[in-house]
Formats: sequence, structure tokens, C-alpha cells
Amino acid sequence: MARKLLLDKAHVPGITTYDVYRREGGYRSVEKALKSMSPDQVTEEVKKSGLRGRGGAGFPTGMKWGFLAKPEGVPRYLVVNADESEPGTFKDRYLMEFIPHLLIEGMITASYALGSNRSYIYIRGEYVWIAEILENAIEEAKANGWLGKNIFGSGFDCDIYVHRGAGAYICGEETALLESLEGKRGNPRIKPPFPAVKGLWGCPTVVNNVETVAAVVPIINEGAEEYAKIGIGKSTGTKLISACGNINKPGVYEIDMTISVEEFIYSDEYCGGLPTGKKLKACIPGGSSVPILPANLLLKTAKGETRMMTYESLADGGFASGSMMGSGGFIVLDDSQCVVRHTYSLARFYRHESCGQCSPCREGTGWMEKILWNIETGKGKLSDIDLLWDIQRKIEGNTICPLGDAAAWPVAAAIRHFRDEFEWHVLHPQEAQTRNYGLMHYADPIHVPNSVMA
Amino acid sequence: MSSETKNSVSTVKLTIDNISVEVPAGTTVLNAARQIGGDVTPPAMCYYSKLEGSGGKCRTCLVEVAAGSAADPRPMPKLVASCRTTVMEGMVVKNITSDKVKDARAGVVEFLLLNHPLDCPVCDQAGECHLQDLGYEHGKEGTRYEFERRTFEKEDIGPYIQLHMTRCILCYRCTYVADQLTDNRVHGVLDRGDHAEISTYISKAIDNNYSGNMIDVCPVGALTDKTFRFKNRVWFTKPMYAHRDCPDCCGKVTLWQRGEEVLRVTARKDEWGEVCSHEGKPGWICNTCRFDKKAASDWVLEGPADVSRHSVISQGHYTGLQKPKETLPEVMGGRAPKLMMDIHDVSEVNKIELSQLPGAATGNDFNSPAAKEA
Ligand SMILES: Cc1cc2nc3c(=O)[nH]c(=O)nc-3n(C[C@H](O)[C@H](O)[C@H](O)COP(=O)(O)O)c2cc1C
Ligand code: SF4
Ligand code: SF4
Ligand code: FES
Repeated sequence: MARKLLLDKAHVPGITTYDVYRREGGYRSVEKALKSMSPDQVTEEVKKSGLRGRGGAGFPTGMKWGFLAKPEGVPRYLVVNADESEPGTFKDRYLMEFIPHLLIEGMITASYALGSNRSYIYIRGEYVWIAEILENAIEEAKANGWLGKNIFGSGFDCDIYVHRGAGAYICGEETALLESLEGKRGNPRIKPPFPAVKGLWGCPTVVNNVETVAAVVPIINEGAEEYAKIGIGKSTGTKLISACGNINKPGVYEIDMTISVEEFIYSDEYCGGLPTGKKLKACIPGGSSVPILPANLLLKTAKGETRMMTYESLADGGFASGSMMGSGGFIVLDDSQCVVRHTYSLARFYRHESCGQCSPCREGTGWMEKILWNIETGKGKLSDIDLLWDIQRKIEGNTICPLGDAAAWPVAAAIRHFRDEFEWHVLHPQEAQTRNYGLMHYADPIHVPNSVMA
Repeated sequence: MSSETKNSVSTVKLTIDNISVEVPAGTTVLNAARQIGGDVTPPAMCYYSKLEGSGGKCRTCLVEVAAGSAADPRPMPKLVASCRTTVMEGMVVKNITSDKVKDARAGVVEFLLLNHPLDCPVCDQAGECHLQDLGYEHGKEGTRYEFERRTFEKEDIGPYIQLHMTRCILCYRCTYVADQLTDNRVHGVLDRGDHAEISTYISKAIDNNYSGNMIDVCPVGALTDKTFRFKNRVWFTKPMYAHRDCPDCCGKVTLWQRGEEVLRVTARKDEWGEVCSHEGKPGWICNTCRFDKKAASDWVLEGPADVSRHSVISQGHYTGLQKPKETLPEVMGGRAPKLMMDIHDVSEVNKIELSQLPGAATGNDFNSPAAKEA
């Protein structure tokens, strides 16, 4: 069994209550930080741990904290991003629902490091019951002296507030989140300025994912060096993966970043393989925004190396033959799945969730959805495939926030790797309504050109 | 730039399409390009220099930054919105000299026109519409969009302003006007994505003495003047500068006349289509001047208005035509672009000096022997 740092205690009965959580060693990191470390030492520890943001972009957390501007007399804020609305990603939900005090503990320690006296959790509105769980946990923590004024005589004040979103994926983008938190329409801001300089109410702000903040707890408890020992290269520590799709055991898994993708899918400890008789066709390894990979490129990189569940290995080959760790939403597609339909359903999601501020994303997402629907329902033309390619190309990189890219990438990757399936749909409009293209050659060993091997 | 500002504010030198320009630090790339003028200035559909916070949304002003600054000459990985990017010393910007920009801009124009109704023949904005200009200058001849266009229900937002949401490009300028010029914004953007719309939510009339300025900032025909509705095509009217002693606003306006009749009153616009500044302050006008003072006797006439090339009026050879700076030879390093056809040589309309006529031009003026001889 691999080491678990976040969810090891998640199934201890009563762990959602303060008493049990504390009995199991909870809030030790706050004690340690407040009593024996300076805020900068905490930040330094996080830097040394190699922890990377778990919200999608994988930006080094310690470095992000280091960028936080600290002008005299201006408050600073820590905002936890619990908006989790990416299709396929449901790991934060699990953590907050089963072990809420871990997030609160991580937040107090992180707030101490950043000097945030008021920290916020911006939670996806649909997580109604989880917001209540968190509010209970905050109340308990406060009643036991872990929040409020002058925490355990350290001179550090901290309060945590839960803010409920109203059902918008875009409010997970950090600047849209801040707008929404301020009570405004959740439109992403134009950057610069970055939140580290001008964030919530114009003050320096760090926005971190739930899992990122929770990971601060084991880092402080065990020490950065111990934490960094887990994993490979720049992928240190453990990572929560929410696995779903055509696998025997969908669910949330805490992996240490040393296992291969193949092991993750097929071992009984994790996904438990695909249902009997089904073959692996494709996978989206990091939530709906990252490129889809056909089976052959998923298990091995284009160079023929085993693909690992790490930031670097999942991204190996760039967008031509790789993907991304993203937010850890692992979606498996077997040979009964249709890539065209799947791509359509993602396009529909992004069309619906675009904030509509910038023209390429507002108009392009709707256009792509309509074309994909035509192809899916047998009304497509071969030229539509090139048109889709051109549309996604004109959205990508030309928008205010990464949602535009996130809408473009799945379409681009689907066409890049499954163009024959799109063509089959167009050329067999009737047949495509009744059966799937199936596996074709996507699971065959890939041909590796010499130039790549060299 | 005066030498005073040069001494007090530090300046920054950069090049845009091979033309160097020196501007005060903190200027945006777009404004630096406007200082050069002409074709190297990126089109701007949402940015409005007099409205704080505007810009960044439409993406028509995207430019390539080939070198970030003298200190860090790396190129920027993506195209950037010139209206929201600050200049740096030694920055190298490419606008019309960048194929990437031209490609992306053609994309943006296609996106902006995707759901646009193209009802120019019945739109009061036609002739002074920035989307028309944009489509003409940067767009493609046809659309690749084969679906039904998005439409919205008509909505009444009060006695003076007509809202045609179907034409809106969601530039947000009108919401900034409401925020920054009126005491209470009662309209805004509802919903999101391609179903986002400008609305007053519960059909509330927009009623404020400065609300009419939303019409002036709207780049398209989404917000038009109800008192001018279907009265005339703008190119048949004659713009005249005029002023009155107004207790509320600057009182400096453009009258759009047909003969003696005042068909419309607007604020004065500069060559970028923005409201002119007078003594350093934006020349917004009040609703009384705009909607209620419709007799020539209400005004002191100053003379023909300056007309920017962005107006079809400019085709009428008014004396006030502001010719844009010719930048192409400099951009092309001395090589002159090849002109396929000079419209001025073949158009009958251009043989008449419209500003010499006593009133607005009519068909008779063009048919007169004088016109034929000219
Ligand atoms: C459209 C969009 C949606 C996002 N949704 C989330 C989200 O639900 N949760 C999250 O943690 N990050 C989300 N992000 C990423 C955040 O902008 C931000 O990078 C992240 O919260 C930073 O935290 P980290 O450094 O801890 O990863 C989203 C980004 C985009 C562009
Ligand atoms: S890319 Fe899409 S979601 Fe992001 S700001 Fe632009 S319109 Fe909004
Ligand atoms: S109504 Fe006009 S000014 Fe307002 S957002 Fe739409 S296009 Fe812009
Ligand atoms: S003018 Fe710059 S993005 Fe619209």
C-alpha cells in the first residue's frame, strides 16, 4: 500500500468531528507552526517540499506564496478555491466531506505563513451540504481556540468564512472567483495585475486549491524533506485522483506520484481495470480541459517509455502526444465510447460555462458545439473537421482567461488523435447513429519514428 | 508631447511596426500606436480611453510583442490585448507586420460577426458603425457560419434609447458609462456565454440625465437614439459643431442637420470614434442637450464638424475631414503599397464639395450640370 498523507484518516469513524480529529493528531501542524516557526519559515518549508498547485496549472505553491506582495498596513488574504466544477474532477469534494478539519487546519497554517487574518473558502454552490460541514468544522475549531483572536497566545488572529458560489464553472478561475467573492458578476479579470499584488478588494491575495492547502498539513508535520522524498522529480508528495468512466472501481484515490498509468488503471488497489470484455480506448487524465489521449499514447509515451502518474510524464510529448495532470480528474473511455459524442458533450459544457466577456470564447464555443452536434447526428461534412480545427486554433491563446484554451484543447486533441473517427461519422451518417467506431488501432503499439528515438 | 511632460514624466521608447515612438511611461501599447496614427493603430471595439476599466474583452486589438523590453527582450508567448498592455522601454510591437496578428484578428472579426444580424440596411448606426468598419478593413468576404443566428426579444428601456440586443457585441462600454457617469446603474449584463445579454433585468426604464452617452459609446447599433429613429441615414445629414450654455454639461455638441432641421444631437467625436475632450475633460453631454434641443435656434453654430475617416460622411468631402497619417511607406521601409483603384477618381459623389452647399446634399446636387462638369 502506498503512503497516504491526506486521506489516511478519512475513514476513522467520527473524523468529521473536532474531538476525533484532534485525538488522531489533528491541528499539530498549527501548533508546530505557531509555536516554533516564523511565517517565512513555513513558506520556506512549503517551497522546499516541492508542492505544486493541485487546482490545474501545477504552479509551485511555495513560489506563489513568495510572490505575495506585503505592503505595510494592507491586509492580505488567503482564498481557498473549492469551486471544483470541472467535469471528471471530484477530489476536493471528497476531502472536504470526509475530513473537513484537514482543510481548516491547512488553512490556519497557510494563513499564518501568508499573514491572512481573514481567509475564505469559495465553495461550489451545488456542494450545499459540504458548506454546512465546513461551517461546523470552523465553529468547532473556533470553540477550541484554533481560530479567532490571538490564537494560543501567538499574537496571530485568523477567521475563516465559507462563501457559496451560485453555480458557475468560470468562478473557479481565480480572478472570476475573486470578483464573485466581492459580490460582483464572476467575470475573469484582465491580468496583470495578478492576485498576488491586487486580489481580493484590491489587496494581495493567494488563491489555492483545497488539496494544495490540505497538503500543507503533512508538509509541516513531517517536514519538507520527508514530503519531497515521495514522488519522482518535480512531482513530489501525494496526489488525489478522481477516477471515473469505464473502470471497475471509480472513486477518489490518493496516489504517491511513483506509479505508472497502467498500474493506476489496472491494479486492484486503484481503478481495478475495465469491465470484462472491454478494451481501453482513450483517457482524459486530468479533467475535461486537458487533451484526450488514445490508449497507445496513454500507457507509453511517444518515445516508448512507460507513462507515469506525474506532472512531467503525463505532459511528456507536449500536446502532440502528451496531456496534463490538470486537476486530477481521470476519465477512462472503453471501446464502446464514441469520441465524437464525447467531444460534443464537452463542447456543450464549455459553451454553457463561458462567461461571454471575450468574443473568441463567447462565439467560438457555441459554434464548435453546433458543428459537433451536426457531425454527431449525421449531418456533418468532411470540411467541418477542418473548420473545427480552425475555430479552436483561433480561440486558443487569444482569450482573457484559460477557459478559452480549456474549450479549445479537448476539440484539438480529439481531432488530432481520432480524426478517422470523425471522418467515419461523416461518411457513415446512418451507421454512426446505431453503432460506434470502436477501437480501431488506438490501442495498437505506436510506431516510433527514428527521429523521436534518437 | 510637450517638453514639459517630457521633463516631469519619464518616457519610454518603443517601436510599433518598425516606427519608433516615445510615450510617457504607463501608456498602453494601443495609445502609443494612436499617437503614431494611421494603419499601425489596432482597431478597438471595447476599449474607450474615457471609461475606466474598459478594454480587454473584444480582442480586436491583439498585437504581437516580438520583444518584451530592452531589459528582457524575450517575445511574449501569446498575442496581447494592446489596449491593456503597458509599454516598456525597448519593446518591439508588431501589428500589421505580423501574420499571426492578421490571422487572429480575422478570427476575432469572424467571431464578432458570427451572430450579428447584419441588418445594416435598417440600422440607424449604419455609416458610423465600428463593426462595419472592422468588417470592411479586417474581415473576410463571407461567413463560414451555417447556423441560425442568435436573436433576443426586443426590450423597452425607456423613452430615449432603443436597445437592439441582437446587434450587441458585449463590449461592456455602456455599463461603464452607467457606472461612471450616472448616479445609479440600472442595467447590466445578464446570463453568460453566447446567451449573455444587456438588459435592465425587470424592464426598467433607464432614466438619468447622462444616460444618452451610452448611445455615443456603443460601437454598434445596439443602443440608438429613439428621437432619431429612422429619420434619416447619417450620410445624408450634415454634421455641424454647435454649442449652447448648458447648466449641466459642456454643451459642446455635433448637430446632425438636414437643411435647417436638426435631426440628431450627439457629443463630438475624435478620430478614434470617442467623445472629444474639452479642456482636458471628456465632452459627455446631458440628455437635455441631446434629446430636447432640436431647433437650430437652441444652438450657436460653429461650422462644419471635423469628420473622421471612420465615418461615411468623410466620403462627402466636408472641409473638416481629418486625414489619417499615411504610415504604410514607413512600415514598409520606403516601398509603396500598390493601389488597385482610387475610389475618389471614379465616384461621382466626390466631385461635389458638400460643405459648400447651403444645406444637406440631395440627389439634385449630384445631377446638376456643375457636378457633371467638375
Ligand atoms: C475555467 C477555470 C476553472 C477553474 N476551476 C478551478 C476549480 O474549480 N478549483 C481549483 O482549485 N482551481 C480551478 N482553476 C484554477 C485556478 O484558476 C487557480 O489556478 C487555482 O485555484 C490555483 O490553485 P493552486 O495553485 O493551488 O492549484 C480553474 C481555472 C480555470 C481557468
Ligand atoms: S475566455 Fe471565455 S470564460 Fe474566459 S474571460 Fe473570455 S469569455 Fe470569459
Ligand atoms: S449595448 Fe452597445 S455599448 Fe452596450 S455592451 Fe452592447 S455593444 Fe457595447
Ligand atoms: S479594444 Fe482591446 S480588447 Fe477590445
